[in-house]
Amino acid sequence: MKNFFGNPRLQRYGRTLLILLLIIVMTGPEGNGSQPTSGFTGSFGNHMSFFGFFYPQRWVVFVLLAGIIYGVISSVKLTVHWWRNRAIFRGDTYQRISRTVVATKRRSRLKSTRLGFYALGLAFALYFPHLVTDQSWQTLVVQDVLVYLLLALGLNVVTGFAGLLDLGYVAFYAIGAYTTAWVTGSLPTPPPFGVHWNTFVAIPVAIVFAMLCGVLLGIPTLRLRGDYLAIVTLGFGEIVYLFINNSYGITGGSTGTNQIPFLSFHLGPIKYLWGLIPEPYYYLTLAFVVIFLIVFSSLEHSRVGRSWVAIREDEVAAESLGIHPLKYKVMAFAIGAASAGFAGVVTASQTLFVTPPTFTISFSINILVLVIFGGMGSIFGVVLGGLVVQGFVAYLTHSPPSVYNAADLYMYLGALLVVMMIYRPAGLFPSRRRLRELHLIEGGVAPDTLQVEIGAHRVQEDV
Amino acid sequence: MSYFSSHFATLGHEFWGLLVGGIANGFIYAMVAIGYTMVYGVLRLINFAHSEVFMTGAFASFFLLKFLVGNSTPNAFESVVYLIAAVLIGGIVGALVALLLERVAYRPLRRRSAPKLAYLISAIGASYFLYNFVGKEFGRINLSIDAPYTNNTVFTIFGAPVQTYYIVIFFVGVTMLVTLDRLVATSKLGHGIRAVAQDAETASLMGVNIDRTIALTFMLGGFLGGVAGFLYSIPVGAVYGMGFTPALKAFSAAVLGGIGNLRGAVLGGLILGVVESLSVAFVSGAYIDVVAFGVLVLVLLVRPTGILGERLGRSA
Repeated sequence: MKNFFGNPRLQRYGRTLLILLLIIVMTGPEGNGSQPTSGFTGSFGNHMSFFGFFYPQRWVVFVLLAGIIYGVISSVKLTVHWWRNRAIFRGDTYQRISRTVVATKRRSRLKSTRLGFYALGLAFALYFPHLVTDQSWQTLVVQDVLVYLLLALGLNVVTGFAGLLDLGYVAFYAIGAYTTAWVTGSLPTPPPFGVHWNTFVAIPVAIVFAMLCGVLLGIPTLRLRGDYLAIVTLGFGEIVYLFINNSYGITGGSTGTNQIPFLSFHLGPIKYLWGLIPEPYYYLTLAFVVIFLIVFSSLEHSRVGRSWVAIREDEVAAESLGIHPLKYKVMAFAIGAASAGFAGVVTASQTLFVTPPTFTISFSINILVLVIFGGMGSIFGVVLGGLVVQGFVAYLTHSPPSVYNAADLYMYLGALLVVMMIYRPAGLFPSRRRLRELHLIEGGVAPDTLQVEIGAHRVQEDV
Repeated sequence: MSYFSSHFATLGHEFWGLLVGGIANGFIYAMVAIGYTMVYGVLRLINFAHSEVFMTGAFASFFLLKFLVGNSTPNAFESVVYLIAAVLIGGIVGALVALLLERVAYRPLRRRSAPKLAYLISAIGASYFLYNFVGKEFGRINLSIDAPYTNNTVFTIFGAPVQTYYIVIFFVGVTMLVTLDRLVATSKLGHGIRAVAQDAETASLMGVNIDRTIALTFMLGGFLGGVAGFLYSIPVGAVYGMGFTPALKAFSAAVLGGIGNLRGAVLGGLILGVVESLSVAFVSGAYIDVVAFGVLVLVLLVRPTGILGERLGRSA
């Protein structure tokens, strides 16, 4: 009997069945406290007739979606593999022998391919407002995709490049948004020097504020073990939320403020006012995203970026080579904080209001999912992952309220995090360095004592 | 913490009352902190999803008590039986959820010996999934628990009333903590846990089944966490997001006592509970949750190893 259940194929089928059942319950109707089983039974009971299959059997949609994503990714991978090794497939022995030549050529070709992808994407993004003229969709793209991309690119520096888990990331976003409200004079607190400043003035102020908070929080905690950082930032995010939610005299409390003025540009003869139409905001935010992409890509390959990778991969070795770990960690943390602060300004100046519910801890998890899904440390991956995940979120938000409650979002995102960590820890579009690093660690070459200890468990299993 | 809001008074007036409340909360924090500290002992990881163990324990007891008590007023004997049943079901469900967490969110990563960051992320994902899933299936409103006893004042200490609730917490807490301490110190399982905490590789060479030990460690911590969830939810009710704040505080307590150290977790929990309770005299009610965080940052700055020091793998 034990042999029968120990059959790996049977176990795999069992696991698949369990996951399917879970998806069915997850996408099913809501239950409540007085009828605790109604959510479960309702998921199977009412609509199992074959003809009513696609509605409201949303689990089919989910399974199909997962299948499509999996199919697209594996076919892309297969194509890339074929393209890179087509000489081998052709049986061209000369190119196979001169591997270094091929490798060098391949690297430069890869770079140009990637640049080509970016150029194509940018062209599409520039043309996008003409393609989708519906303003509510444009607003959605600006506020739920582009701003999230800004945030994800910032978190990617902290979590992806430096390998630090920042769960209070949303706090810096809140600091940025509230600084904007403060500088433009829309909070109960009087603005600096009693002047209602232009929103553009808020950008440097917010960046400096967020960075300062990042440094102050980072210096004591970054000296400690990495997992303490996660919990301290979690606490910090909660405190910032409590503060903005409760101090009515300073931040407007739970109602926040809706007095933030439109973005405007007024320098001598040049004047421009961003009004209610989303399109100008779209281009502005797109420009910010492009700037972030350029800055962070160059940062990744700079001396600083390489130091981050060194610290992430092996802190002791990095220190022995003269890299000061604390300094670089604080730097990553501060840069992440600054970009979140900047994104806060962008958001506040577009929605024209700030309220505490935007800045709950859960929001950091949403951003974390974008980074993890695409691939930690890979800017290309983060952009693609951000588009995919936020597209999925938009699909969910437009689902009928009988089957999707806005609060369910984090159920899906949480499950996604676990699934990614189990099956694809490097993300769907991993950076090659990160992928190699994971292989090394999991192959047992990493010097981390934890890995050695836990590696022992596998030994036990084999015996 | 609406539970504290009745204690708006200066420290001098209400000292003994605050102390009693603080100790009661301290026991709850201690029981949750044990879960963190034990998992940290064997895996060197913070179990981020422990807050959901706490929450599911409270939900299990809620449903059981709703079934048992309903609208009736139980007599003294029934009260005791119902209470024990609720504690047990909270603990058992907590242990099962902890086991499930270990199987789903930790074991596959352990098999691959994944980097530390992956465990943290996976646990956070599991935590978010679990609490929102419970919210979806059982509603997102606060479910008030049918307490199986009437909350009378039993006796007074220096004029401070001590209610039945505090007595229950005290008895359950002391029983659980002492039992666990003895279990870890003397039983075969306890030896195994300590051996794994000291050196997993050597322990496996000595014939300790590591997978089983880790699973049982999760279950022991989960049992206490589930019971703590039930005790916590008696006055304030059970709600799907209830785990977050107490768990953060319990983690602070574990660090305060010295993470990996069982008695340290108890000491840390009690100190934190009392400090937090007494600080209502100085801090306004909305910011009371900040106190624990302040303690955490202070400990990390001044003495990162905690009061009793990290004693991973040593007895008790």
